[in-house]
Amino acid sequence: MPTLTWYTNPDSGGQAELAARCTEAAEGRYRISAAVLPRDAAGQREQLVRRLAANDASIDIMSLDPPFIPEFAAAGFLADIPDDVEERVTEGVVQGAIEGATWDDELVAVPFWANTQVLWYRKSVAEAAGLDMDEPVTWEQIVQAAEDQGKLVGAQGARAESLTVWLNALIESAGGSIIEENAEDPADIQLGLTTEAAQRAAEVMGMVASSDAVSPAFSTENEDASATGFEGERGGFQVNYPFVYPRALGAVDAGSLDPSVPEDYGAAVYPRVDPDQPAAPPLGGISLGISAFSQNVDLALEAAECITTAENQAYYFVTNGNPAAKAEVFDDPEVLEAFPQAPVIRESLELAKPRPQTPYYSEVSGGLQREYHPPSSVGEGTGKAAAELISAVLRGDQLL
Amino acid sequence: MTQTTLPPVEKTQPVSAPHGTISDRSRSERKLGWLLAGPAFLVMLGVTAYPIIQAVYESLFAYRLTDPTNREFVGLSNYGVILTDQLWWTALGVTLLITVITVAVELVLGFALALVMAKALKSIRPVVRAAILIPYAVITVVSAFAWQFAFDINTGFVNSWFAWIPGVSADTDWFGDTGTSLLVVCLAEIWKTTPFISLLLLAGLAQVPEVLQEAAKVDGATWWQRMVKVTLPNMKAAIMVALLFRTLDAFRVFDSIFVMTGGANNTESVSFLAYRQTISRLEIGLGSAVSVLLFLSVVLIAALFIKGFKVDLASARGER
Repeated sequence: MPTLTWYTNPDSGGQAELAARCTEAAEGRYRISAAVLPRDAAGQREQLVRRLAANDASIDIMSLDPPFIPEFAAAGFLADIPDDVEERVTEGVVQGAIEGATWDDELVAVPFWANTQVLWYRKSVAEAAGLDMDEPVTWEQIVQAAEDQGKLVGAQGARAESLTVWLNALIESAGGSIIEENAEDPADIQLGLTTEAAQRAAEVMGMVASSDAVSPAFSTENEDASATGFEGERGGFQVNYPFVYPRALGAVDAGSLDPSVPEDYGAAVYPRVDPDQPAAPPLGGISLGISAFSQNVDLALEAAECITTAENQAYYFVTNGNPAAKAEVFDDPEVLEAFPQAPVIRESLELAKPRPQTPYYSEVSGGLQREYHPPSSVGEGTGKAAAELISAVLRGDQLL
Repeated sequence: MTQTTLPPVEKTQPVSAPHGTISDRSRSERKLGWLLAGPAFLVMLGVTAYPIIQAVYESLFAYRLTDPTNREFVGLSNYGVILTDQLWWTALGVTLLITVITVAVELVLGFALALVMAKALKSIRPVVRAAILIPYAVITVVSAFAWQFAFDINTGFVNSWFAWIPGVSADTDWFGDTGTSLLVVCLAEIWKTTPFISLLLLAGLAQVPEVLQEAAKVDGATWWQRMVKVTLPNMKAAIMVALLFRTLDAFRVFDSIFVMTGGANNTESVSFLAYRQTISRLEIGLGSAVSVLLFLSVVLIAALFIKGFKVDLASARGER
C-alpha cells in the first residue's frame, strides 16, 4: 500500500487527525502519514524549497502558505491539477482562497482553509469608549478609544512576515497594491509603494505604532504577543487571526485565565483606513500543493480531495480554529456554536485581499520588513526607500 | 626583572647519525604517520576543501535555486555587489563588535574560573568543574531561547528583578534597539562559551612547572608577582590558542541573533547575511560570495594570530 507523506504546518493536531480519517476512508488504497514542518511560514518554505529543488520524491502533499505558491508553481514544483478535480475542489470556495491558490490563471493548489484577521475588541472597553462596533470603525477611532481608556491596541510590529501582512492590509484598504504590475523579469516588476494609497497606509502605520495605545515592546510584537496583551488587564483591541478565541478558552480550561475574559471578546471586520471605503483584511490560510516529484500524483490528488471535504473543513475549523475555505461550512451549527464570530469571519473572507503574488515574494517581503521596521519610524519617505531597495535587490544590485 | 620560563630542552643528536639522509627508522615512521593520518586527511578534504571550492566556484554565478535554467556566469560581480553595500559593512561591524566584547570578557572571566577550578579543594573539585562546564553543554539555540525569555517584556523576569538599575523598568524592551539587543546577545554568548575558554586555560595552568612557582616563592615573590612573572609567561601559548579558537568561533555568531532578534534593528552578523542570501532568498551565487568573504575574514584572523602574536599551535600541546 503506497504511503503518501503530507508535510503539514504545526497545528493543534488537526491535520494528523485528518490524515488518519482519510487513510481510513481510502480503504487500503493509500495511507497518509503527516510530517510536521517548522513553526513559522518562512521556515516551512525554506525546508520545502530545498527538498523540492533536489527533486525529493518523498514529498507528496504540502500545506502551503499562499504567498509562496507562485514561487513553487513558477519553479515547476507543483503537479498539474486536472480540470475535473479543479471543478470539484473550487466549488463553493470563497473567492480569496481560490485567488491565493492560482498562478498564471491556473489553479495550482487545492484550497484547504482560508484565514483572515478580524478586529477583536473587549466589549467592555468599546462600550466605555462609546464606540458602536456594529458600524465600521477606523484605525484612528480605535487608537483614540484605547488611548482614552488606557488600553492596548494589538497589531504585529515585529520584523517578520506578519509585518508585511499588516502593511499589505493597510495599503489594500487604502485602495492601493504593493505590486502594481507583475512581470516575468524581476527587474521589471512595478511597485506601488509611492502611490497616494501607500502613503496613507504608511501614515496610519506610523500613527498606530507611535501612539500610547501600543505595547512598549511593539517593535517585537507578533501574533502571540498581541493575543497575550489582549488577554491581560490592558486588553482593548487587536487585529489578529481567529485562533485567539480558542486560545483564550484553552487558557480558561487550564485555569490561567478568568472565564469572564473570553466572554468579553467581540469581533468586528478589520478597521478601515478611509472611513468611506471598506477595509481589505489580510488573507492567509493553507492550500494543499501536490509535489511534481511525487510518485503517486493521482493518489495524492485523491487524498487532497478527501482532506478538503466540507465535513473535514468543519472539523478542522471547530477543533483547531482555522476557518474553512468552503462557504457552506460557516452555516454549520456546530461551527456557529464553537465560533460565535463565524459570520464576521466569513464576511471578512469575502473582503480579504491576498498579499502580492510573485515568485520573488521573499525579496519583496524581506525588503518591506527592512524598511518598514520599526513601525514607529514609518513616515513619508519610507515607501520611496522601500521601493528603491526592493528594485535594487530584484535587479541584483543590492543585498538583502 | 626577567620572566621566568624553563630553557628549551636541547634535542640530543646521536653523533654517529649520518647527516642529510633519512634513516630507515624515520622513513618507516613517516610512512606510519601518513597511514595513520591519511584517512583523516581524506575526510578533511571531502568535508572541508570540497565545499569551500564549490562555494568559490558558485560565487562566480548569478544562480537562483528555483531558477536553475537562468544560471549565468558573472565573474566577480557578486563580490562587487557585496563590498559596495552598506549592509555588508554594518554586518561586519556588528560581528567585530560582538567578537571583541565577548572574547575580552570571556578571557578575564575564563581565567578567573580556571584559577578556581585549579585551586578548589580536592573534595569539591569535580563538582566545581562540572558546575562551570554546564553552560557549555547547553545547545546554543536552547541557551538563546532561555536568555530571550528572561529578557522578554511579557515572559521575562529581568525587568522586574533589575528595576532598581537606572534605565531598566517594567517597560524596557531589550530587543527594541541595537544596543540593548547586542548586549543580551553578548551576555548569552559569554555565559555559554566562557567554560570553553576556561577549560583551555586550565590546561595551560597545569603546564606551569611547580618548581618555578616554588623558586619564586622562596625568593619572596608576592602572589601578584608570581602571576605576572611566572604563571602568565609560562602559559602564553595556551592563552593565545584559547583566544584564537574563541575569536574564530565568535566571528561566526549566528544562533543567538537568529533566535533573539531575527536580524532586526541592525543586529545582523556576517553569517546571518550569508544565511539570508543563500537560504531565504535562494540566491546561491550571492550567498556563496558572502560565505567566501566570511571564510577569508576567518583566515585573516587566524593568520594575524599566528604570524602577529607568534602563536605556536604545537607548543600548546606541550611539544617544544
